[in-house]
Amino acid sequence: MHNPVTRLAGALALSTALVAPAFAGSHGASLDGTLRIISDMSNPAPRAVMEKLAADFGEMHPDLEVELDIVDREAWKSQIRNALSANPPDVVNWYAANRMLPYVESGLFMDISDMYASGELTGLDSVKGAMTIDGKQWGVPYSYYQWGIYYREDIFNELGLSEPATFEEEMANCQKILDSGRKCYTIGSKFLWTAGGWFDYLNMRTNGFDFHMELARGEVPWTDDRVRETFANWRKLIDMGAFIDDHQTYSWQEALPFMVNGEATAYLIGNFAVPHLREAGLSDDQIDFYQFPKIGDHPMGEDAPTDTFHIASGAQNVEAAKAFLKYVTSPEVQAEINGPDGLGQLPVNANASVADDEFIQQGFEMLSQNATGGIAQFFDRDFPAEMAALGMEGLQEFMVFPDNLDDILQRLESARQRIYD
Amino acid sequence: MTVAVDLPPEQGWFRRNRMTLTPLLFLLPGVLFFAVYVVIPIFQSFYISTYEWNGLGELQEQGEFVGMGNYRELMGDRAFEVSLWNNVKWLALYLLAIPGGLFIALFLNQTVTGIRIYKSLFFFPFVLSQVVVGLVFSWFYLPREGLLNAALTLFGMEPINVLGDPTLATYGIIAAGLWPQTAYCMILYLTGLNAVDPEQIEAARLDGAKGWRMLWHVVIPQLRPATFIAFVVTIIGALRSFDLISVMTNGGPFGSTRVLSFYMFEKALSEYGFRMGYGSAIAVVLFLIMLVFIAYFLWSMWREEREARR
Repeated sequence: MHNPVTRLAGALALSTALVAPAFAGSHGASLDGTLRIISDMSNPAPRAVMEKLAADFGEMHPDLEVELDIVDREAWKSQIRNALSANPPDVVNWYAANRMLPYVESGLFMDISDMYASGELTGLDSVKGAMTIDGKQWGVPYSYYQWGIYYREDIFNELGLSEPATFEEEMANCQKILDSGRKCYTIGSKFLWTAGGWFDYLNMRTNGFDFHMELARGEVPWTDDRVRETFANWRKLIDMGAFIDDHQTYSWQEALPFMVNGEATAYLIGNFAVPHLREAGLSDDQIDFYQFPKIGDHPMGEDAPTDTFHIASGAQNVEAAKAFLKYVTSPEVQAEINGPDGLGQLPVNANASVADDEFIQQGFEMLSQNATGGIAQFFDRDFPAEMAALGMEGLQEFMVFPDNLDDILQRLESARQRIYD
Repeated sequence: MTVAVDLPPEQGWFRRNRMTLTPLLFLLPGVLFFAVYVVIPIFQSFYISTYEWNGLGELQEQGEFVGMGNYRELMGDRAFEVSLWNNVKWLALYLLAIPGGLFIALFLNQTVTGIRIYKSLFFFPFVLSQVVVGLVFSWFYLPREGLLNAALTLFGMEPINVLGDPTLATYGIIAAGLWPQTAYCMILYLTGLNAVDPEQIEAARLDGAKGWRMLWHVVIPQLRPATFIAFVVTIIGALRSFDLISVMTNGGPFGSTRVLSFYMFEKALSEYGFRMGYGSAIAVVLFLIMLVFIAYFLWSMWREEREARR
């Protein structure tokens, strides 16, 4: 420790140890060079979070230059392949589960199983599964959020309805809502994935989480009677007229006004819709949340999509990248970035505190206590990419023309036989 | 002067051949870029279309040779069939822009105060980006708030959801595309009308021609160059249609508004598209369709040039 720089680094490690003990545990040495991050957190709130993350991390390591590049979230979905192939950055954003598969298979994500094995990453046991392909881990999560039914509490009170626990109650509620001249559910299926949410829940409730996952892995034919039963339940709602008209024309954001104006009372969506509803002028007294009701006698499975960080396999500064991943998942950072001033979502680290927000608390409680069936990622993350795209198209078609079901299932089945083989 | 006399024997190879070399040198950059960005990629598409490859990593390592497999699959792919038919619809209906543009051009070809303002107003949609045109039209078609349905209900008709109805959506998008395309054809005809020979009009008038006969037998034949260009840009515009579809329906509802270029993008490059080989096969089919038109255009241009030289 004669070198003043290393001494400084030692002191720094010591001081950071007070701030983020989980981080400073094993990395006493200072990091240098450049750390290049490409992030897709382009919406205003996530963008601020990401910029602060990079700035804080850079401050902890004065010798390290953190280069942050924020790309539009939608654009990133098709840009990532180029970004990873030519002159790859060190760290990138992506999504968990099967969404990683093409990049894992092509060797573009780095295997970081050693970080999980060495105990560097603590408190991530519950989310580890979503990061695992072929028994290895390919990244770390940084945030996840619950899905469920967000509804207009004031309209429910007006009609004397209570949160349903079973599908029968759900349908009885819906009938009363329809009788009052409103629609039960708003949905915008122009970009297809919202319909995937409905299928996920109906299938997980009708046939259980394990069956849903078998279907996602291609082990069950789409023409199976159990799949048909799921669609039959869905059809009950469609035939009642529960969904808003012309939903195939709207994006998920364009479907929000129906709920805000009280023309529809509920929305099956992820927690990311809450800030939009609040901004549109709904107070917390007017919105509430309940878990998708029970249909069959199966333990409840839930959708909770996880957003992730990965190290590119062509990363130049692997040491810094690993340190960054570790920093992001530490309990303190997790509590901060997922807090009400940050993403307003659930922290992935079990030791992190959960924000004091009505919806985040409810979601946390639901996922930690009442999701005994298992936690799914989402239709387009659990199914392989091509199957997901064809599947969601079929789901949208079913919602508009339920009579086409046989044709849709035949088509998906022949796609399944080709895609998984 | 004496120096000049001594020069000829010292002339290098380059100097002697400069009459051939200079044009070649001037052509070189263009040919080079054309080869790198157009010709070679065409052959690469053929090559890639014989592989099953996810577009990540090296084709040689990750790709699997399937021969004509992708084309065989295309034959039985209903989405491909839908896209192909939509392309045909686009080609046929987009040509309406030519008579439309001619009609407006004839209408605007008069001397009234402020005609330039009217001309530029008619030309305006072509200046707008396709994305903006798409957005404006999708608002126009909105099922509840849209102007179209407001007008329809005013006349006591049932409101329709143009972009949400698989049988109507493609026509709705083509209508949006016709708006700027008509303006384009109009401007081509307006310039063409300037070149119409007044003496021939005068002579025809003396012979008693007017109205349709004048238009059909005297004016339109003189507009042939404008018609040819309008035809070329409209055909190519129809086959290139992508942005309007992407903005207005994203290929939906359930894939009913896809055209080949959009389907290719979806399969090879989009969020869920990891089938480079399959996408390339679609690209090859699209290229072959375009080739028919391109060959026709080149042939008729060559023929005209030859006639001009005589």
